[in-house]
Amino acid sequence: MQYLLLIYRNEAEQAKMDASELQKMTADYRAFTQSIIQSGNFKAGDALQMTATATTVRVRDGKMLTTDGPFAETREQLGGYYLVEARDLDEALGIAARIPTARVGSIEVRPIMVYD
Amino acid sequence: MTPREIEKIFRDEAGRALSTLIRLVGDFDLAEDALQDAFAAALERWPAAGAPSNPRAWLVNVGRNKAVDRVRRNIAFRGKQQQLTHELLLNASLPCEPSDGGFDDDVLRLIFTCCHPSFAAEVQVALTLKTVCGLTTAQVARAFLVSEDAMAQRLLRAKQKIRLAGIPYEVPERDALGPRLSGVLAVIYLVFTEGYAATSGEDLMRPDLACEAIRLARLIDALMPGRGEIKGLLALMLLHDSRRAGRETAGGDIVLLEAQDRSLWDRAQISEGLLLVEEALRMPGRPQSYAVQAAIAALHARAPSYDDTDWRQIAGLYEVLLRISPSPVIELNHAAAVSMVDGPARALDLIDALEARGGLKGYELLPAVRADLLRRLGRRDAARAAYLEATAATQLEPLRRLYARRIAEMDRD
Repeated sequence: MQYLLLIYRNEAEQAKMDASELQKMTADYRAFTQSIIQSGNFKAGDALQMTATATTVRVRDGKMLTTDGPFAETREQLGGYYLVEARDLDEALGIAARIPTARVGSIEVRPIMVYD
Repeated sequence: MTPREIEKIFRDEAGRALSTLIRLVGDFDLAEDALQDAFAAALERWPAAGAPSNPRAWLVNVGRNKAVDRVRRNIAFRGKQQQLTHELLLNASLPCEPSDGGFDDDVLRLIFTCCHPSFAAEVQVALTLKTVCGLTTAQVARAFLVSEDAMAQRLLRAKQKIRLAGIPYEVPERDALGPRLSGVLAVIYLVFTEGYAATSGEDLMRPDLACEAIRLARLIDALMPGRGEIKGLLALMLLHDSRRAGRETAGGDIVLLEAQDRSLWDRAQISEGLLLVEEALRMPGRPQSYAVQAAIAALHARAPSYDDTDWRQIAGLYEVLLRISPSPVIELNHAAAVSMVDGPARALDLIDALEARGGLKGYELLPAVRADLLRRLGRRDAARAAYLEATAATQLEPLRRLYARRIAEMDRD
């Protein structure tokens, strides 16, 4: 099965990280990504720019409306994702728990819908 | 065979038969429907022919054939799902005379699936009662005091999640087993505590839930022998439940431990519980929380009367519990035990300190314990206020009546 692992963390907290913390986080992510590439679980993954760069689009009555910022104000913001292949939810949860941000933020694990 | 005898077999075998059918057909809903078909077939055949020698294997075999029928009908109807069907037919055509060992593994798989940590605790309890214990949706709904429709919806969503989120139908690997087993035991204990002292409603106890919890713990103790935490939990529940007949008057009023007629306690259940406590405490490693709680219950069970109870040792065991699994509720119980050793004033100090630290905010038994201590200290006005606070905090009618009796007693003296 495929699962999308959505990485949420508090942007404000993240912005306060000093250079050495940032360096450690980057190294942890590199090691983690390498490990799931090697285990064959990795399908895709990216980090996202801050929510300040977001634009939200809606179409109502055929008219496009754009708003500045993310679609909802929340305590933690979506900051990246991995798409992984896993045997079952337990394996996916195990992978999610190893994402470095899991220690400070939250990882939402969502199964990918399959059409038959 | 009478319908009542057949019902009893269904009740005893439902969980095991269902767990094996789920493995064979690979789908919760299909397995449940197939088992219902098998029950219907049994109700037709068994009254005249008698039950087969191995009813469980019979139900599984018939259920499996019914599942195949259902899938065939579905193909004829929709002409798709070839792949899944092929797999199912292949599986289902394998010879199946499962040994008891095979059944046991299936039940464990089912228990661990229902108690998966990706479900809310409430959902874990509901799923376990429905599938492992074989309660009807209406019975589970009653346990949660919700409508049958609402419970059916909740169970439906949970079963969907099993399928769509890929929750595995297996016993966790060794690394994950410890934490997952404690999750399972927590679910069993939740079922028990709701049966032992309901959170709301007319009745203090719901013995059917307490019995289900004990049945589950016995089952899991048999399936995973030699684990102290399981034996400890089973002992704890047996010892608490042994007092059932003494805890309530015929009119449904609460009888507190200090006033219980100890000859009403179930001696056979106490002996079994005492043996299990000793086994659990002898297991290597640190003492487990359930085993220590059971040891406290054992001291009550052994005591000839309330006053001749080894309160000093009970207070000591609560201190052990505070070290291994500290919680405000244990601190409250510890204070209550201390009141029997060093007097109510000392206990009141402990509770004041606990409250000052902000523990127990909103815990509904706190005002009741405080009220009892104040009453014993002869501080009537404060005690009355605390009993009124306790009355407002509970939704259980027998508790409200108990507090009203206490206030009336104080006013009379």
